[in-house]
Amino acid sequence: MSLRTPYVCARCTVRASRSLRPVILSHFRSQRRNVSQTVQTDRPFRVAIVGSGPAGFYAAYRLLGKVENAVVDMYEKLPVPFGLARYGVAPDHPEVKNCEDKFTEVAASPRFNFIGNVELGGTLPLRLLKPHYDAILFAYGAPKDKRLGIQGEDALRSVYSAREFVGWYNGLPEHRDLNPDLTAGEDAVIIGQGNVALDVARILLSDVDRLRQTDIADYALEALSSSKINRVRVVGRRGPLQASFTIKEVRELLQLPSVSFDPIPRDLLPPDDVVSALPRAQKRLIQLLAKGSNNDPSTATKSWSLDFLLSPECLNWSPVFPHRLSHVRFARNELDPADPFSASAKVTPKYLSSGKPAKVNIPANTFFRSVGYKGLPLPGLEDLGVPFDESRGVIPNDGFGRVTVPPSSEAGSRDILPDGSLISHLPGLYCAGWVKRGPTGVIATTMTDAFSTADAIAADVAQSGGALLNPSNERTGLGWDGVRAEAERLGVRATSWEDWERIDRAERERGSQRNKPREKFGRVEQMLGVL
Amino acid sequence: MPVTARKTARPRKQPVWKQVDTPRSLSATTGMQHGHITPPKPGEEINVSFIDKDGEKWDFQVSEGDNLLDIAQANDLEMEGACGGSCACSTCHVIVEDPDMFDKMEEPSDDENDMLDLAFGLTETSRLGCQVLMSKELDGMVVRLPSMTRNLQASDFQAKK
Repeated sequence: MSLRTPYVCARCTVRASRSLRPVILSHFRSQRRNVSQTVQTDRPFRVAIVGSGPAGFYAAYRLLGKVENAVVDMYEKLPVPFGLARYGVAPDHPEVKNCEDKFTEVAASPRFNFIGNVELGGTLPLRLLKPHYDAILFAYGAPKDKRLGIQGEDALRSVYSAREFVGWYNGLPEHRDLNPDLTAGEDAVIIGQGNVALDVARILLSDVDRLRQTDIADYALEALSSSKINRVRVVGRRGPLQASFTIKEVRELLQLPSVSFDPIPRDLLPPDDVVSALPRAQKRLIQLLAKGSNNDPSTATKSWSLDFLLSPECLNWSPVFPHRLSHVRFARNELDPADPFSASAKVTPKYLSSGKPAKVNIPANTFFRSVGYKGLPLPGLEDLGVPFDESRGVIPNDGFGRVTVPPSSEAGSRDILPDGSLISHLPGLYCAGWVKRGPTGVIATTMTDAFSTADAIAADVAQSGGALLNPSNERTGLGWDGVRAEAERLGVRATSWEDWERIDRAERERGSQRNKPREKFGRVEQMLGVL
Repeated sequence: MPVTARKTARPRKQPVWKQVDTPRSLSATTGMQHGHITPPKPGEEINVSFIDKDGEKWDFQVSEGDNLLDIAQANDLEMEGACGGSCACSTCHVIVEDPDMFDKMEEPSDDENDMLDLAFGLTETSRLGCQVLMSKELDGMVVRLPSMTRNLQASDFQAKK
């Protein structure tokens, strides 16, 4: 086993308070015992990674580098890899997709197998994997989005989830048929102030000819070129200091040609002395918001605004044209006056002097909700004893990606977390990325997070010799070869990395005919059709 | 006379899996070559040192115009360039050890600062490696690779509301 740096058990690196000393000492002692039971390293250490987005690939990259005999089988629902790098990153951010170059490098390893077009928990039950692997790593992300729970949200026209809209313009088969109506009127409202909301705003406000040079789906270009939307409001329930967008995305919108920005009312921004005392990132963001855009509203063709302290209550349709959305009613909020400028400040409903709650109507013909993604349990997790935290949308873990269960369960080994709570680990089961820590952060965040999970696996291999998921006498060590026959019987038609390369070439070819880097296949049948 | 390196530059080392394996195929979509640097001409070497995450110091002699990300990757230091060196992520974050050296450098652009705002362990002398081009003025510069890991906090285990 070659680990690049001397290994210090991650669980032992947590800052040891006095009260934890006995625990940590006993942990070291237990490690010493385990290390003496050494282990064969000649047989492959078989890892199944569920999901082929940045979390799965960065974990595979680190694991292949740290565990010499690791062999990774990466399972993906779609015939093609890369998850949100391909289907979530905005088409006008090609540089962010450069991480795919690294993933392609990883996939060139003979110790890496891509198994696409396999829906684990769907066509292929998860439990079929267990006997054939030494570890299973869940990195399947957050497949749904949060709802607002307001009246009218389920309308079939004019009301969209930002997640679906992003999937649609990025060529994701699941949302190929969303067909959003962008011709209903001039006003669009986006609820939520994260980077997904700003991506949607930028796509709606951008010059279509600029988007033509990207890999945005052709059908989306067509819909966007007939869009009537020229006014986008990005609405949040809290204030500027509590918004979750990042500065790069704001700056891009402020610099869009021929698009003006409504100045943010001064009283919503903190006073200068508060601004200068803010942490650097927040300070720069507030300064940028205060500066606004240089574009002249009188010559701009489109405009946008950030609207704060508003919670949507209901959607209202036109009395004359009942299919036409006319406006959204909002309740006004106010920030906790004791602490209005902290990032975690709470809001409460605002009341008028009459004692009535303050409301406001905002015109809207097209409506997007963008209040965050949501993790879901993969069907069949329970067969492996893996719990799911529904409220947080994550698989419970020890912070390093080892799946944990409450200590009352029989399975796993007991451990004490820094907060004093008892947990048990489920050996051989791990998670990384959004299903581990929730759907936030940029690719760099997921990279760090996936590395920490891979490091935890490497540490556990070093400690146990690799018989993690199954006892030595029960593991087949076959990986995909052990699963394949049953999968084929169930009707699975898996795609390989070479298949993806063929699809990739065909997509680039389609793109070059349109002077674009790529034209994705919007349907799974089309992808499989080139094989 | 060039300063003698305390530790000579390691030869380009491949990731472990590349050392043990022969890649089965060259992908048609092989990405851009990272870590491309020009060997310095005799007499025009510029000295730069990296302190890695384990506190080890590595000294290199490089050419004018090479950037810190390429230098680190060409010498197999643990530095990722997720966006391929296009100033669109924060994975090549470095910390300039000497504040006076930092002041000698060109001001980071707004775009670079926007990315640095998202970096782990940001400091007053942080830069993105891909944006720092070596020049004679920066001869002798020492940069530190920040630790990407963070300590676990009790709050990591509490349900977020």
